[in-house]
Amino acid sequence: MAVPVMVEPTERPPSPSARPVAGRSLWRIAWSRLRKDKVALASGAFVLLVVLVAVFAPALTALAGTTPDEPNYDLLNPINAMPAGSFGGISADHILGVEPLNGRDVFARVVYGARISLLVAALATLLSVVLGTAMGLISGYVGGWIGGLIARLMDLLLAFPLLLFAIAIVAVIPDSAFGLGGNTLRLFILVFIIGFFSWPYIGRIVRGQVLSLKEKDFVAAARGTGAGPIRIMVHELLPNLVAPILVYTTLLIPTNILFEAALSYLGVGVRPPTASWGDMLATAADGLFRVDPMFMIVPGVAIFLTVLAFNLLGDALRDAFDPRGGG
Amino acid sequence: MAGFVIRRVLGGIVILWLISVITFLLFFLVPKTLGSNPAILFAGRSPSEAAVAAVTKKLGLDDPLVVQYWNFLKGIFVGRHYNAGPDTTYCPPPCFGYSFKNSQPVWDEITRALPITFSLALGAAVLFLVSGVGIGILSALRRGQLIDRAAMTLALGAVSLPVYFTGLVMLLLVSYEWRLFPNIHYVPFLDNPLLWARNLLPAWIVLAFLYSAMYARLTRASMLDVLGEDYIRTARAKGLPEHQVVGKHALRAALTPVVTIFGLDLGSLLGGAVLTETTFGFRGLGKTSIEAISTGDLPTILGVTIFAAGFVVLANILVDVFYAVVDPRVRPT
Repeated sequence: MAVPVMVEPTERPPSPSARPVAGRSLWRIAWSRLRKDKVALASGAFVLLVVLVAVFAPALTALAGTTPDEPNYDLLNPINAMPAGSFGGISADHILGVEPLNGRDVFARVVYGARISLLVAALATLLSVVLGTAMGLISGYVGGWIGGLIARLMDLLLAFPLLLFAIAIVAVIPDSAFGLGGNTLRLFILVFIIGFFSWPYIGRIVRGQVLSLKEKDFVAAARGTGAGPIRIMVHELLPNLVAPILVYTTLLIPTNILFEAALSYLGVGVRPPTASWGDMLATAADGLFRVDPMFMIVPGVAIFLTVLAFNLLGDALRDAFDPRGGG
Repeated sequence: MAGFVIRRVLGGIVILWLISVITFLLFFLVPKTLGSNPAILFAGRSPSEAAVAAVTKKLGLDDPLVVQYWNFLKGIFVGRHYNAGPDTTYCPPPCFGYSFKNSQPVWDEITRALPITFSLALGAAVLFLVSGVGIGILSALRRGQLIDRAAMTLALGAVSLPVYFTGLVMLLLVSYEWRLFPNIHYVPFLDNPLLWARNLLPAWIVLAFLYSAMYARLTRASMLDVLGEDYIRTARAKGLPEHQVVGKHALRAALTPVVTIFGLDLGSLLGGAVLTETTFGFRGLGKTSIEAISTGDLPTILGVTIFAAGFVVLANILVDVFYAVVDPRVRPT
C-alpha cells in the first residue's frame, strides 16, 4: 500500500517574539486577503443574492404577487400594445414593468430567467470542470502521444467557431430525443454543448500546472513508494490543483452565463414561454426596444450585473491565491 | 523552417478534413437517426411523396453515407453532377451544394456574405487592436495608479456586457434617438466608401468595445510579466533610457501572446461575428448561417460552418508560423 506522502505543514519553532505564529496555508492566506477585499466581499454577496433569487423564484414572485406567465392585456396601451404608463409600465404591482404585446410581469420573468441562466451555467461548468480536470491531468501527467493529442484537441476546441457550431448542433436536434422532450431536453442539450465546448479552458490550466508539479519531489517520492499513475493523479496532484480549479471555475461560470444567453438570444435556448434573459433580449431586439427600451434594459442589466459579479469574484480569488501577491 | 511550415499546413489540412467529416456526419446523420428527412425540407412545404422521392434521388440522400460524403468532397474540389432523370445540373467547383431554401448554390451565398463579414471584422480589428493594446501598455506602465485602475474597472465591465445588449443600446441611441446613423444597412465599399464606413461604424465600435477590453487586460498582464523579467532589470541597470527599455525590449516580448490571440480571434471573427451581425442586421456569414439554421437549410449550414472553420484553422497555422519566426524555441515541436 502506498502511503500518502503529503506532509502536513510542520509547526515552526516558536519565534523569539512572544506572539505565536499560526500555520499559514495557501487557503488561510487567501481567506485573509479576501476578507480585506471589499470588492470581493460585495461581489460574493451579490452572487449569493442572485443564487438565492433563482432558488426561491416561486416564493419571491408569490411575495410580489405576480407570475411569469400570466398576461395582463389591461396594462397595455390598446393602440400599439406597448405597456401603458412610463418606463415600460412600472407600477407598485409590477416593479420592473410589463412586457410589450402581452403584459407579462417583467420582474417575475427576470427572476425566473435567473433560474435558467444559473442552472445551465452551473451544470455546464460542472461538466467542463470534471472533463477539463480529467483531461488536463491525463494530458499533463501521462504525456506521450495521448497527452499531445489531448493538448491539440484543446487548442482546436478553443479556436473553434463555437457559437456557430453550437447553434447548428442545437438546431439539428428535434423536439424529442433520448427519451426526453420539450425544455428538459433543451436544458440537457444546452448544458452538454456549453460544457463540452468549455472544458479546454480548465483543461489547459490543469495541464500547465501538472506539467510543473510532476517534476516536484513529492511526486517522485510517491512514485518511489509504488503509487500508480491514477493514485498519483488523484491523491497527489489533484489536492494541489484545487485552488486554480476553483479560481477558473469562478471565471468560467460568467462565460457560460454569456454563452447560454447568446444561444437563447439566437433562438436556440429554452423555448418560450419559459423565461430566459437571452430570449427576453431577442424579443426586445425584434423592433420592440425602440418603443419600449425598459424591456431591453432590464434583462440586459440582469446579465451584466450577474456576469460582472462573477468576474469580480473570480479576479479577486485569483489575486488572493496568487503566490506572488502581497498581504 | 520550411519543414515546420509544411508540417503545420499538413496538420491544418488534416484538422479541416476532420472538421468536415464531423460536421457532415452531424448534419446528415442526426436528422436521419432522429427521424426528420432533409428531402422534405428541400421539397418545400407539404410536398407530395413523389416530389420527396425525386429530391431524395437527385441529392443522393439514399446513397450510403460514405458515398454522400465523397460526393460532397468531390463537389468542393472538382464540382459534381446532380441527376434527376432527364434534368442534370452541373455544380462547378467549389460546390457546396444547393440551398434547400432557395435552390441557389451555397457558394454564391458564401461569396455574397463574405465581404460583409470581412468589412465588419477588419474594421473592428483595427479599432480594438490599437485601443486595446494602447490602453494595456499604458495601464501596465502606470500600474496601480488611477488611470490603470479606471481602465481595468472599465475593461472588466466591458467584458461582462453581452455584445448584443451593447449593440441594441448603441442602435437605440445613435440610430433611433439621436438619428446620427439612421437606416443602418450594408453598402459595399466599392459602391460608396463613405456610406460603407458610416453604416459599419456603430457595429465596429460595439465589437471593438468588447475586444479592446479583452486586449487591454491581456496586454497589461503580459506586459507586467515581461517587465518583471531579469533582462529588463539588466537593460535598466545598463542605463538604457526607459523608452528604449519599454519600446525595444519589453514590448516585443509582451506582444507575442497578444498576436497569438489576435490571430485566433480574427480567424473566428472572419468566420462570422454571429451576435453582432444578427443585432445590426448585416447578412454576413454569421447571420446567414443563423437564417439557414432557422429554416433547416442543411447545405448552407454545412458550407458556412466548414468555411468558417477554414478561417480558424488558417489563423492557427499563421499564428504558429508567426511564433516560429519570432521565437525560434518553438520550432522543433
